[in-house]
Amino acid sequence: MPLSWALLVSLALAVAGYVIGRSRAFASAGTDIRKLHSRPGYHGASVALTTLTPAIVVLMLASVLRMAKVFPPEATGFAGLLALAASVAGLGWGVTRINTDFRARNVVEKIVQGFLIFCSSIAILTTAGIVLSLIFETGHFFQKYSWTEFFFGLNWTPRFQGNSNLGILPLLWGTLYISFIALVVAVPIGMFAAIYMSEYASKRVRGIAKPAIEILAGIPTIVYGLFALITVGPMLRDYFAQPLGLGSSGSSVLTAGLVMGIMLIPFVSSLSDDIINAVPQSMRDGALGLGSTPSETIKQVVLPAALPGVVGAVLLAASRAIGETMIVVLGAGAAARLGLNPFEAMTTITVKIVSQLTGDNDFAAPETLVAFALGLTLFVITLGLNVVALYIVRKYREQYE
Amino acid sequence: MTDIPMSSEAQPRSNSLLSQDARTRKRNATEKRFRMYGVIAIGIAMAALVILLTSIVSDGAGAFRQSYLSIPVALDAETLDPNGNRDPAEMSKVLTLSYGKVLDKAVETAVADSGIAIEGLTSSDTSNLISKEASAQLRNHVLANPEQVGQTVDFNVLVNGRVDGYFKGRVSMESAARDANTSPQQLQLADALKEQGELVTRFNWNFITNPDASDQRPEAAGVGVAIIGSAYMMLVVLFLAVPIGVAASIYLEEFAPQNRWTDMIEVNISNLAAVPSIVFGILGLAAFINFVGLPQSAPIVGGLVLTLMTLPTIIISTRAALKSVPPSIRDAALGVGASKMQSIFHHVLPLAMPGILTGTIIGLAQALGETAPLLLIGMVAFVREFPAAPPEGLWDPASALPVQVYNWTQRADPAFIERASGAIIVLLIFLFCMNLLAIFLRRRFERRW
Repeated sequence: MPLSWALLVSLALAVAGYVIGRSRAFASAGTDIRKLHSRPGYHGASVALTTLTPAIVVLMLASVLRMAKVFPPEATGFAGLLALAASVAGLGWGVTRINTDFRARNVVEKIVQGFLIFCSSIAILTTAGIVLSLIFETGHFFQKYSWTEFFFGLNWTPRFQGNSNLGILPLLWGTLYISFIALVVAVPIGMFAAIYMSEYASKRVRGIAKPAIEILAGIPTIVYGLFALITVGPMLRDYFAQPLGLGSSGSSVLTAGLVMGIMLIPFVSSLSDDIINAVPQSMRDGALGLGSTPSETIKQVVLPAALPGVVGAVLLAASRAIGETMIVVLGAGAAARLGLNPFEAMTTITVKIVSQLTGDNDFAAPETLVAFALGLTLFVITLGLNVVALYIVRKYREQYE
Repeated sequence: MTDIPMSSEAQPRSNSLLSQDARTRKRNATEKRFRMYGVIAIGIAMAALVILLTSIVSDGAGAFRQSYLSIPVALDAETLDPNGNRDPAEMSKVLTLSYGKVLDKAVETAVADSGIAIEGLTSSDTSNLISKEASAQLRNHVLANPEQVGQTVDFNVLVNGRVDGYFKGRVSMESAARDANTSPQQLQLADALKEQGELVTRFNWNFITNPDASDQRPEAAGVGVAIIGSAYMMLVVLFLAVPIGVAASIYLEEFAPQNRWTDMIEVNISNLAAVPSIVFGILGLAAFINFVGLPQSAPIVGGLVLTLMTLPTIIISTRAALKSVPPSIRDAALGVGASKMQSIFHHVLPLAMPGILTGTIIGLAQALGETAPLLLIGMVAFVREFPAAPPEGLWDPASALPVQVYNWTQRADPAFIERASGAIIVLLIFLFCMNLLAIFLRRRFERRW
């Protein structure tokens, strides 16, 4: 690895540059150190940074070019030498710049600020990466498979030998059905828990209940998935589905929905907690002063005032439910089906992304590429929900500020 | 005060203070019911937590105990070292199969010596009593101690998964009768051996140190490679996400001018925090594996994906920590002549450190439990080799704890469900320790201004 060696050597050069720069700054100041514009440490750091920065730029360019296969791997030795030469040149230039009037601190701060701006741009790079990779591969997919059949097809039957039906509607239906059940479970429980904790509970009860609900939030989704697979699924099958004659499958819409609902309880409750606490106390005091009971105050004053925020919270929870993967992979099953029976196995967009992209992938086949189209659909849906929800929540917050 | 005429129904009430009228009683009942709903909601949430944890712990506890058969094994020199010079390099040409024969003989002798007689016990019942992994274990032991060839050594061999399950209550005599892989006679033999003390069930360190094992031998499967893989990924996240996240938050919180570019960054970060994790997996597959050409199943790719995923969490909590440092600190530093950069790096950042650390640990905990994106970048592969030490090891194939759990749920043998729950317990212990550390840091160092 000549590149990592070049990096190590230029790091050593930078350290040397720091020492040299610092001692030269002392030397140029003579007896009176106050003549220096910047403190000697900054002079040292400026030399170190001018040594390191060109080397890192060269190395990054080299590795990007190698990844893009513009030049062969044998050329990395040359790139390493080039990086070393750049850092030596930087060292020389940095050292000659040092004198009492050199504004070393400003130079160092400029470079550090550049680094800070670069780091904060990574968020944009990530989003761009997501959007580009999804759109690029989805484009490939739609060259091989008609988009009308993808968006309006009622069948999902991928086949390895080709000629598959890849309609998104059964997956979308499963996703929405499971998310709906999850919200039916999570929203009332989460809301009531939040109301009780913010309006009724004594300090002691809150001290126990709040951390307990937060623990639910910290449990990884794979744990919920396993819980659905080995506990909830068989229980629902043995005590409800089979006696009622509605199905005999352990993985079902209801299993995944119930467990996902449990997962969303802390999410809904902490969001509602924030929203309820944002309603001004004066409104509560007014209602209580007129003689309404606490529950009447909540139902007729606090909740109507908090309604936009609550809607935003439900939308955020819905976007979580739609994008959730492990619970549905382990709890919902793999059969794409358009049906109403909640005890039947159905499947979701995320399950199919996982099943189409694990194992040996052939990135020319529509059966693999469809996963990117599914991912793009998922991304657009969750992004839309989030944008709307965040807009509502922000508007609502401004109302009471 | 009002001129509203009183209707005949709303006569001034003639009730006393001591008895409530019907309407008040109704309102109070509603009030009580409303409170009850709240209590029930909290009760359901707590019950769900308790049921979830107990079901996982009761299913997974078995993975930490394992049955071993301790028998004398005669290491036959002619089969194990045909050339007779005890050179491990030459002995390694002897296949695992021959060790299996040696072991079979040892088990038969041990059973015969113990004088246990069970009706209908076949010889395959006896030889299948031990795990298929045992011969590989014996081979490794012999290759490490070649001087023992020709002697008789006491050796602890793993017991077959079904027999092990019988002692943990997973397999019963009835289910054994229907099972092609075991038989009631075999279980009776195991019972008899247990009574004689040759078969013991004890704490299973191998579960934590062993790599994964194939479908046929759940008794040998462990989470060793998965723990290493997860640790490597956390290392990558720690070295990338923390500096980048802190730098980005410092810029956004302290320097960023109000313009369209910074607005765009802010909107981006809040949206990235809500992007489903599986989308990050797709990004990892398309960008890091297909475009850049990094290897599949490598912790470096997993670490990069998790870095991008945890960055928003770290940025949001770091910004909150920076915001909580009062402006008077900055003003004081600027007032005595520090530059803006000096005031932040010398004063604000150290004061915000406890908050930043807490947020970082919570972000890491979230990354440790994440599964979905790792499935897409090939971490589901069956990996038996331990990766090398970092940094080269970051490019070696490895597994990760949550992915190992998923992997085991996809196997046919129910013994793997027990292993999966056991792996979850290991994962939850790690998460618990991380959260405890976060709480400790917050309690110990957090300052209220």
